[in-house]
Amino acid sequence: MEQLRDTPLIDRHQGLHALIAPFGGWNMPIQYEGIIAEHRWCREQAALFDICHMGEFLYRGDLVAGGLEGVFTFSVASIPVGRSRYGFLLNEAGCIIDDLIVFRIAENEAMIVVNAATAGNDFAVIGSRLQPGADFTDISAATGKLDLQGPLAREVMLRFFPAEVGALPYFKFMKTTILGCEAIVSRTGYTGELGYEVFLPAAKVVELWDLFCSDLRVKPAGLGARDLLRLEVGYSLYGNDLDETITPLEAGLEAFVNFDKEFVGKDALLKQRAAGLNRVKIAFRVGSRRSPRHYYSVCVGDETVGTVTSGAFSPMLGCGIGLALVDPKCAALGSELTVCHENVTMSAAVCELPFYGGGSLRS
Amino acid sequence: MPVYYTKEHEWVKIEGNVATVGITEFAAHQLGDITFVELPKTGKSVKQFEVLCAIESVKAASDIYAPVSGKVMSVNEALENTPEIVNESAEEAAWMACLEMADPAEVGKLMTRAQYDEYLKGL
Repeated sequence: MEQLRDTPLIDRHQGLHALIAPFGGWNMPIQYEGIIAEHRWCREQAALFDICHMGEFLYRGDLVAGGLEGVFTFSVASIPVGRSRYGFLLNEAGCIIDDLIVFRIAENEAMIVVNAATAGNDFAVIGSRLQPGADFTDISAATGKLDLQGPLAREVMLRFFPAEVGALPYFKFMKTTILGCEAIVSRTGYTGELGYEVFLPAAKVVELWDLFCSDLRVKPAGLGARDLLRLEVGYSLYGNDLDETITPLEAGLEAFVNFDKEFVGKDALLKQRAAGLNRVKIAFRVGSRRSPRHYYSVCVGDETVGTVTSGAFSPMLGCGIGLALVDPKCAALGSELTVCHENVTMSAAVCELPFYGGGSLRS
Repeated sequence: MPVYYTKEHEWVKIEGNVATVGITEFAAHQLGDITFVELPKTGKSVKQFEVLCAIESVKAASDIYAPVSGKVMSVNEALENTPEIVNESAEEAAWMACLEMADPAEVGKLMTRAQYDEYLKGL
């Protein structure tokens, strides 16, 4: 077992008496004062997340000639400089090795941001698909990342940083100077709220954390709150909703697959699409406060028709919510289901995403 | 009124032949934010240390065991819509059920507060 890694903020988390647990090979803060309080703070104020565990890779060179264009399910060459795009790294079978975001930093430069648990393998797989000699480096260890998310995030950013940061539209980013260092500020996040992801040198992360925390509108939030926040807006979590046995078509994420270009896994996806899917992603609401959880069974009558991939109690909706992979015949909106695990059963119904659409994401 | 404790972190307060049951502050803290309490049905009979009802937090789902045998006389319906009471007042306001106790001698298998505190130190 590889030793767990600490983020540059481990002393801050311990000082706040955070509950710290392993996540993706790292010791990460799960909660500080409490998951639901932190979730609410993010929906109403501005929450600060330590996301230093995620991986970052830097590619330099011609995106097409160097081979990067063919690596992912979307075109990186067509991303305008200063914009980012979400999509997948697939295996030959069309299944998801990782979900990630590519930032087009310059004409011949792209940053790839990946999940922590998959970062090592991602780097090897992407590297193997590039032309020999491609300039491709893992900058994870030197790169820190903090997310500031919530309806007040812009006001907080404007207090500390140049006015141009406040003008960033959704999914756009900029290079700027923060605390005397080159940094990237991106209007992206994982909460459904207005928010920013800040990439800066790892050595500066503690200083930026302290600066944000000096603002009374900001409170730290852990990965527990982050998981609730992302599920309420229907975002998938790698390792739960996505993995190397699931294709983007099954996961309901075909919008992030561009069939007009070549990519590893395309043939398998075309075959799957032609043959029809054996299982599809659904969102469902539970008729009570009960929480569905990962791996609970989804049933119709006595028949098991699928498996829950993510589930939680939604503080915003006041009921259990979940994502599941199920037999397509049970996937119609409003279909009634039973979620079962050991002696627990809960009635549920297929619903639309997002579960919660009231966030400040695009404001 | 004597209060006794179980290794599964339930408490039971004994008044005559009525046993009031809840979970301890230690358990509530371990579970984190409580989001759901499945109360037992009134009239249900349970044996000591069998499943009485269930509780869920953001993090986990757990069973609650009956500290003593008996028949459920009443339940704390406030917990249905405001389960967060368990986090605020696990050992007072968040009682879960009152049982008509079947056998008062069963408390001999439970811990006193001092014994429970000692038990917690060993965890």
